[in-house]
Amino acid sequence: MSAESTQLNRRAFLKLSTAVGGGLMLGFRWGAAEVVPAKPATFKPNAFLRIAPSGSVTLLNQNPEIGQGIKTAFPMIIGEELDVDWADVVIEQAPLDTEAYERQVAAGSGAIRTTYQTLREAGASARALLVAAAAQQWGVAPQSCRTAKSVVTHPPSGRSLTYGELADAAGKLPLPRSVTLKSTKDFSLLGTRVRGTDVPKIVTGEQRYGIDTKTPGMLYGAITNPPEHGQKLGSVDDTAALKVPGVVKVVSWPDKVCVLATHTYAAFLGKDALKIEWEAAAVRESTARLSQAFADAIANGSGEHRRRVGNVERALDGADRVIEATYEVPFLPHAPMEPINMYADVKADSVHLLGPMQTPANARQLTSQLTGLPETKITTEMTRIGGGFGRRLKTDFVEDAVQASRLAGTPVNIVWKREEEMIGGNFRPAALYHYRAGIDSQGRLIAWHLKSASITGRGAIVPTNFPNGAVPHFQVDNHRVRSAITTAAWRSPNHNVCAMLDQSFLEEVGYALGKEPLAFRLELLRQAETDPYGNINYEPARLRGVLEEVAKMADWGNPPAGRFQGIAAHYSHHSYVAQVAEVSVTEGNLEVHKVYCAADCGQVINLSGAENQCQGGIIDGIGAAWFGDMPIVDGASANTNFHTYRLIRMNEVPEIETKFLKTDYPPTGLGEPALPPASAAVANAIFAATGVRIRKLPFNANDLAG
Amino acid sequence: MAQFKLIVNGETRTVEADPNMPLLWVLRDLLGLTGTKYGCGMSQCGTCTVHLNSAPIRTCMFPVSAAANQSITTIEGLSPTGDHPLQVTWREMDVPQCGYCQGGQIMSAAALLQSNPEPTDEDIDAAMTGNICRCGTYLRIKAAIKLAAQRGAAQ
Repeated sequence: MSAESTQLNRRAFLKLSTAVGGGLMLGFRWGAAEVVPAKPATFKPNAFLRIAPSGSVTLLNQNPEIGQGIKTAFPMIIGEELDVDWADVVIEQAPLDTEAYERQVAAGSGAIRTTYQTLREAGASARALLVAAAAQQWGVAPQSCRTAKSVVTHPPSGRSLTYGELADAAGKLPLPRSVTLKSTKDFSLLGTRVRGTDVPKIVTGEQRYGIDTKTPGMLYGAITNPPEHGQKLGSVDDTAALKVPGVVKVVSWPDKVCVLATHTYAAFLGKDALKIEWEAAAVRESTARLSQAFADAIANGSGEHRRRVGNVERALDGADRVIEATYEVPFLPHAPMEPINMYADVKADSVHLLGPMQTPANARQLTSQLTGLPETKITTEMTRIGGGFGRRLKTDFVEDAVQASRLAGTPVNIVWKREEEMIGGNFRPAALYHYRAGIDSQGRLIAWHLKSASITGRGAIVPTNFPNGAVPHFQVDNHRVRSAITTAAWRSPNHNVCAMLDQSFLEEVGYALGKEPLAFRLELLRQAETDPYGNINYEPARLRGVLEEVAKMADWGNPPAGRFQGIAAHYSHHSYVAQVAEVSVTEGNLEVHKVYCAADCGQVINLSGAENQCQGGIIDGIGAAWFGDMPIVDGASANTNFHTYRLIRMNEVPEIETKFLKTDYPPTGLGEPALPPASAAVANAIFAATGVRIRKLPFNANDLAG
Repeated sequence: MAQFKLIVNGETRTVEADPNMPLLWVLRDLLGLTGTKYGCGMSQCGTCTVHLNSAPIRTCMFPVSAAANQSITTIEGLSPTGDHPLQVTWREMDVPQCGYCQGGQIMSAAALLQSNPEPTDEDIDAAMTGNICRCGTYLRIKAAIKLAAQRGAAQ
């Protein structure tokens, strides 16, 4: 991509103002004009950065940091266009400010893609002002100046000034109406390895998370949720709880009880001492009931068509052969390592929220509804988040903190015991999938029909996945079954299972046709690329690109002795990822030795972070598929903590080799896209090793001894 | 309630607590040392790992009475300068993602290197298998332990 001039068409740049103490200060906001008073002589051209006369450059990160590395990646983008010396940079977490920033969420691997341009403009605007200030001082043309490492130079005369020296003067200039962004070939920071912003504090234990919050007068609150899905709160006997030393109060609101105490241990003991009557749910839920209901819905129900190309029924009726298979996936909790917690201080005329939120704007809105206070009276600060995987997109725990603080009249930090998260629902939905594929007399795949059943409104499906576009008759239906069990987005929602199912069933079809797995995919992709059936939302050439790359990396077709390969490719969150897994199965015991990963996410921002996200996504994807299970028995979650809810551990993880394709595309998501194909590649490798086709998750619920 | 003397990161601290109160909550809520984290409350995840007389323990189930008058090292006290060989390699290899479990990971790894300065891959797996990382940073954790071991972390 070459250098581009970009019109700064944001709604309001503004304004010069005299700051307290005499220094001049320039401030503008993306949303609305506002005079920003600041310390004298600090250059703060926008809500993204400040430059002090000392030369210290503060870059603000607007989004919640949840382990995806945004607190490093966002500042890198600003810093690239600013030509800053990374050693001068201090990074700060910005609070929720919907006037200053456009999108402050951690969701959908969407941050970099949607905010890339804005951040580049922010950095480039500040750079332009610094250059203009230097040019004015020297009486030279701005075009004759250069910037690098926080210094403006004028090569013809050999003069130079640091950003710190220019900060005050730059703050007195009007903002440019347009700026020129760098050519990607001139990037010196993006694509390099930059260490995570908070790593130094993390390794010394200094880093604070929401659960570490403690303020004067604050009480710790232990939350109790209904033990069975769909139950309602009846009566609460808190006599014994209140006798626990340290317990101060017990409060409740619909379907929640909170024990407030001076320390967490007392709150937990008090919680255990509660005697609560729960009103039964309308249906006592179970995995067995749901499995049957899913099967019945698929067999008898009329589903909602989520995608329809051609005429699947007619094509299947006329097909030479029909291949079919049924797949089933369980509920899954999120199990972030930092248990659910939230701090709120509700006062008569204001609220302060502080904690691990993926959607702070939603949290503020909910708090406004709960308290009747306008949003302007609610301050919202995001803590570094100890994982979320989708769980913290919800705001139920924000409601817990607000209700508890409101009812108790004190600031509170509410904590869910680990068990509460496991019994509390908000799961990845369990679902059943019935696939049929039609083959014509010449051995071509002519029809693909997926009927799925789940408990969410739109289904646990991705109706646009490949081989969509490569098959003339293609249909995806959802059958909804009602349940009291609550669901939530789980890292790479729906993709996290559909990649495995689609890529597994595709191999079942290929196997029946005697096609080699990679060749079969490439053949179908050629069809989608040259003459697609219906609309497709992915670029077949890019999916082909990662497949071909990973095949080279893994020496596809020639696994090391004793190992078996499986391959998968998937498009999600605007990125393309293909993987090859090498496994062996000995007496039914699976070992995943190695995973090769080729990713096309356009421009890589932070190579270290990108590699970490791919490794984490692959390990998470394999672990969840291998061990992840949440059976519901007699209305309740059967797994309540890590002794039975199994997560993958160090001795089970494969070696991983990741390569990013060098492309000219702008950056796209990476927090999720490496996860979906991983379980698919392993499942396909298990088939290669054993002849056992995994049709029910988790892997370890299958007998791999054959 | 009873009074307990603990030697935490070299300093003698006195706390008033229920003898059964897990050391985790004593450290976090009574002493303000929040580097030791709550993860599961049943010794399954390792986020709450500290050293008791240089052996790793899970503080979430370890009663304060059993730690009385003994020496406790938390992640905050692992090195006065934050330059324990593992903290150095953890930074160099940019290990953390969310970071929540990493204090516990480092404390388990530090105990391993103290008792076994040249661990094999299997030794590392065995010592670290009780520490869960939900983000999946295991490969970098392992690499950081190996690098510290190569440099002679025990010295």
